[in-house]
Amino acid sequence: MHPTDFTLRGAIDALSEGIISSVELTSAHLDAIAKLNPRLNAYISVTGEQALAQARASDARRAEGTAGPLDGVPLAIKDLFCTAGTRTTAGSRILGNFTPPYESTVSANLLRDGAVFLGKANLDEFAMGSSNTTSAFGPVENPWSRRNDPETRLVPGGSSGGSAAAVAARLALGATATDTGGSIRQPAAFCGIAGIKPTYGRCSRFGIVAFASSLDQAGPVARTVEDCAILLRSMAGFDPKDSTSADVPVPDFGAACARGVKGLRIGVPKEYRLDGTPPEIAALWEQGLAWLRAQGAETVEISLPHTQYALPTYYIVAPAEASSNLARYDGVRFGLRVTEPGSDLKDLYERTRAEGFGAEVRRRILIGTYVLSAGYYDAYYLKAQKIRALIKRDFDEAFRTVDAIVTPATPSAAFGMDEKQDDPVKMYLNDVFTVTANLAGLPGLAVPAGLDGQGLPLGLQVIGRAFDEETVFAVGAAIEHAADFTALPALRAGI
Amino acid sequence: MSLDLDQVRRIASLARIRLKESELGQAQAELNGILGWIEQLQAVDTDGIEPMAGGGAVALRPRPDAVTDGGQAERVLANAPDRQGEYFGVPKVVE
Repeated sequence: MHPTDFTLRGAIDALSEGIISSVELTSAHLDAIAKLNPRLNAYISVTGEQALAQARASDARRAEGTAGPLDGVPLAIKDLFCTAGTRTTAGSRILGNFTPPYESTVSANLLRDGAVFLGKANLDEFAMGSSNTTSAFGPVENPWSRRNDPETRLVPGGSSGGSAAAVAARLALGATATDTGGSIRQPAAFCGIAGIKPTYGRCSRFGIVAFASSLDQAGPVARTVEDCAILLRSMAGFDPKDSTSADVPVPDFGAACARGVKGLRIGVPKEYRLDGTPPEIAALWEQGLAWLRAQGAETVEISLPHTQYALPTYYIVAPAEASSNLARYDGVRFGLRVTEPGSDLKDLYERTRAEGFGAEVRRRILIGTYVLSAGYYDAYYLKAQKIRALIKRDFDEAFRTVDAIVTPATPSAAFGMDEKQDDPVKMYLNDVFTVTANLAGLPGLAVPAGLDGQGLPLGLQVIGRAFDEETVFAVGAAIEHAADFTALPALRAGI
Repeated sequence: MSLDLDQVRRIASLARIRLKESELGQAQAELNGILGWIEQLQAVDTDGIEPMAGGGAVALRPRPDAVTDGGQAERVLANAPDRQGEYFGVPKVVE
């Protein structure tokens, strides 16, 4: 067995039993990155020397008997998390060589528990995208390919495309990611791995480059549901540095994976049966529900009547918040500065932002600026906030009668790198099943459940009540167990 | 409703993003495409609905109004594109 073949849980066990050292495990991952990253482009920065130093320190802690819960486990960190002393780019030119003097709370929590950081994972610029093609550091390739068309390079999804591709190709045992409209769950589904966006407030946003603050949440991607649960337990927790961080206990999410689903009521929202959904995805959804029934759950049809308005609502709320958050990139305090001789301050701002931001980021800032501008605020932003309240109310009603909701994770499998690039709205539709959980602040998990006719992974999504990730993990693990998903991508380490 | 070129110019100016004249047409088409799609929201009855502002169910916590940080000029200035002593340098603003 190649060291990159371990699950995260398996690696923790092997480390604690002395079967492998962190230096061996970390070196195997760094070798795999050196071999495959030039093709996949999953990492923007590889911090090999630092990783090996962390691994040596971890092995020393283990020898002393002071190892933490994640000690010696090599991870990828989405390049949206500030890492002290390591350049953080957000996938944008505008951050230049920005090197944070501080550590994000989530990555600090992982370091506290002994994790090793292999490097910074690629992403859509400022986490805005569903294909990881908007990164200023080049697109990420999905390690999976179509059985009958292996030459066409596919997107890994986005925005956490580098995190998902790295984990799927076994260039990390797990990765941090963030999700504003589906940016954990959609790439996890496209890459055949698991990923959870926890409840809003579960993970601190301190030190994560902000996109849309009322929607952004950090979460893990990993190859199993249990691995995600183990990572989330370390990442989560109250943080006074984030005013929206929830002061609630962090349960043992890993233990919840073994709870089973006997007696649970699973909601099946009728509004998620969209015209044009590929029959394979509809069939997989039915299959997933049958698996849950076979394990003792009851499935019931529910209605979430405002579902169809979720995406357009999101495309008011998220750009509005983004236009405000991204006002800080002004070429003065950090990052890129572009001037011409004789530039005044406004010219400096305008040139810096025109050259520093990519096309999709510029587009969203312009939309956000417009919907917040005088005379249009009520018609757009206030209207969207009211519809957001209705979407949340739909879920509140549903969760009176069900314990979790199961839907498809995405409306398609991974698509080609040159597809859907001509029409922004077409690209936005990728998040049709995931965006509702962000608007309502609820936890959502993507779990790989099967393959389409081309051999590409398809995922199901489990949505739960606020701060009830435990039930989400129980249902996700039950689907994972029944699906017995063992297919592997063509491009991966260890072969 | 749809945006004309002057409105696109004004939005770009408010957003402090320089758009060349040759880029205005495409920006206009893309923004109008997105706004046209968003327009469907006007059909939703939201009378009497309280707008949802934040993302969480948890109320914001008050905290003591006290200075808890500071004296970190070196760290704050470490990434400045134009540092002048203890200050950020910018083009002359006042003649």
